[in-house]
Amino acid sequence: MINERNLPIFATLIVFMMLYGFGMYEYRGFRDTLVFTNLLTDNAFLIVTAIGMTFVILSGGIDLSVGSMIAFIGVLMAYLITSLGLHPLAAIAVAVLVGTLFGAIMGIIIAYFDLQAFIVTLAGMFLFRGLAYLINLNSVPINHPFVTALSDIYVPLPGRGGLTFIAMAMLTLLVIGIILARRTRFGMNVYAIGGDSHSAALLGVPVKKTTVKIYALSGLYSALTGVIFAIYTSSAYPLAAVGVELDAIAAVVIGGTLLSGGVGYVFGTFLGGMIQGVIQTLITFDGSLNSWWTKLAVGGLLLFFILLQKGIVTWAKRRTSPT
Amino acid sequence: MLEATQTMTTKIMSPINLLHKHQKALAPIISLLLILLVTAIITPGFLHLRMIDGHLYGSLIDILHRGTPTAIVALGMAVVIGTRGIDLSVGAVIAISGAVTAVLTVNTDFPVWLVILCALGSGLLCGLWNGILVSVFNIQPIVATLILMVAGRGIAQMITEGQIVTFHSDTLNAIGNEFFLAFPIRVWIALALVLITIVIMRKTALGLFLESVGANVRASRLVGIEARLLVLSAYLFSGFCAAMSGIILAADIRGADANNAGLWLELDAILAAVLAGASLAGGRIYLALTIVGVLIIQTLTTAILTSGLPAQYNLVVKAAIILAVLLVQSPKTRQLLSQLFRKNMDYSA
Repeated sequence: MINERNLPIFATLIVFMMLYGFGMYEYRGFRDTLVFTNLLTDNAFLIVTAIGMTFVILSGGIDLSVGSMIAFIGVLMAYLITSLGLHPLAAIAVAVLVGTLFGAIMGIIIAYFDLQAFIVTLAGMFLFRGLAYLINLNSVPINHPFVTALSDIYVPLPGRGGLTFIAMAMLTLLVIGIILARRTRFGMNVYAIGGDSHSAALLGVPVKKTTVKIYALSGLYSALTGVIFAIYTSSAYPLAAVGVELDAIAAVVIGGTLLSGGVGYVFGTFLGGMIQGVIQTLITFDGSLNSWWTKLAVGGLLLFFILLQKGIVTWAKRRTSPT
Repeated sequence: MLEATQTMTTKIMSPINLLHKHQKALAPIISLLLILLVTAIITPGFLHLRMIDGHLYGSLIDILHRGTPTAIVALGMAVVIGTRGIDLSVGAVIAISGAVTAVLTVNTDFPVWLVILCALGSGLLCGLWNGILVSVFNIQPIVATLILMVAGRGIAQMITEGQIVTFHSDTLNAIGNEFFLAFPIRVWIALALVLITIVIMRKTALGLFLESVGANVRASRLVGIEARLLVLSAYLFSGFCAAMSGIILAADIRGADANNAGLWLELDAILAAVLAGASLAGGRIYLALTIVGVLIIQTLTTAILTSGLPAQYNLVVKAAIILAVLLVQSPKTRQLLSQLFRKNMDYSA
């Protein structure tokens, strides 16, 4: 049942339960369902980005452009709704399409020009942030009855908690991500490329086409994050989501995905995002700790999981090799 | 007659050969000159220099002044890239060293040289941390330095207790803003650091060893190069450079801002090294050209600001240039171009 492949995700699960259990033990308020559903809502944008990032990292790549993409899509959406008078649904469709297209273009450059994902998506990061500035320099409110109606949707649960539209959208995208990774040919190809792209190519995996699809998917998920973020804050700001790419990568790694690619689970990423949320909530509940402790704690967890992965990989190699 | 033509051709060919030999060096230098030329045409007085009280003033000096922190960081980054690594944590290290400088100046009676030593020491510690993760634990550089990139700003905030600490020190102020022999002092510091690094990398075997480790770790181990120690020292150097840059940036604004000091500087530094023709796959770096790369980036930024274009064009232009440079550098593009070229040749023949 527990082998070296799913050991990291078990570690993630244990860390999550320990942190959450500590909160429930220490603070009465933590035991309410409200805390859990708030975690779902408040970390929805991080988790959705991180799901797209999971596919990229599973294939052995990295996408640094997601934070800028979120800001760009938000500003684009606001522009389409408030300045051009488009219906929010149409604006969302256009924005998501643009995001996916930009992701695909980065994928094409990476796959067909043999360039490192790191530097190409770095250029994308500059480009999207710059495009967001070009559309608008200020924070704009999005006041449309449809957007307000979406952010007002609320399904009450036992206790004081309830699911918001954003939380439900995140959970839906999570399920789609899991199915895509485990139950489709595309998902299998992603794992194969991350495991060993050379062997994958020899086995007939369309490496280049799949790479383009992976970055298009990451663009799609971060564009959807942009939409979710805009609904969550009812506004758009070109400086929004600075540094989210780092949080997303951290969520993926803490979620047990190997940064060298090939091993990991989309559900682990969900847990990784939730762990960051729990840490933040615990620090808020404590009240005496400052916000920088979140960064230190996330950095510490990152180190722990990277060393754990390293240890497991070394151990597995020693076990399988005859010497 | 035939001999004469041959000597003629060799004579004509030789400058072309020379060009060919230094082709790599030419692209960044020509780009820099072109950008300067275009800006000079668009903005009259861009190249104008004035001497006031023995200090040089003008846009060109401003470019040098503002480019200094990036240049120092890029120097360390180039060395790390040479070992097939990358250091994402330099921005965070800048914040840490700035925080150390400010807090020690305000809260202790340490003399300035000791404050500076402590700040540089904090950078070396960060470099040691990155170096150990990369060389001893064999963690990929992007991942290893990501940890400090995430946690480093938290550490800096812890040092300044979440405040923007402002300080006053005549010596530090001089490092940040004053002039020596007509040029800003910080430019002299950067120049000295660049020259020392070039001498060490090019006149001793160290540079050769570093690049050979970047090109092929296993082969360099087999010929007896202590790869681990070299990689470790590259990250130490990068940490040192980032700390130096952090001191200058803190001295410039006479304060330490843990959240914003050196934000995105790592990207400019990587960009400068790549513009200079460094391969992210390791094995070759060009230190002097990296400085040219920094000047290109800084000239672009200043040019966009002085030309009256909105500042927000800066990022789009930067992105377009990175993409263009990357595509030109890509072997695939060269392959495509040479195929096209060959087709045309066949056609004309």
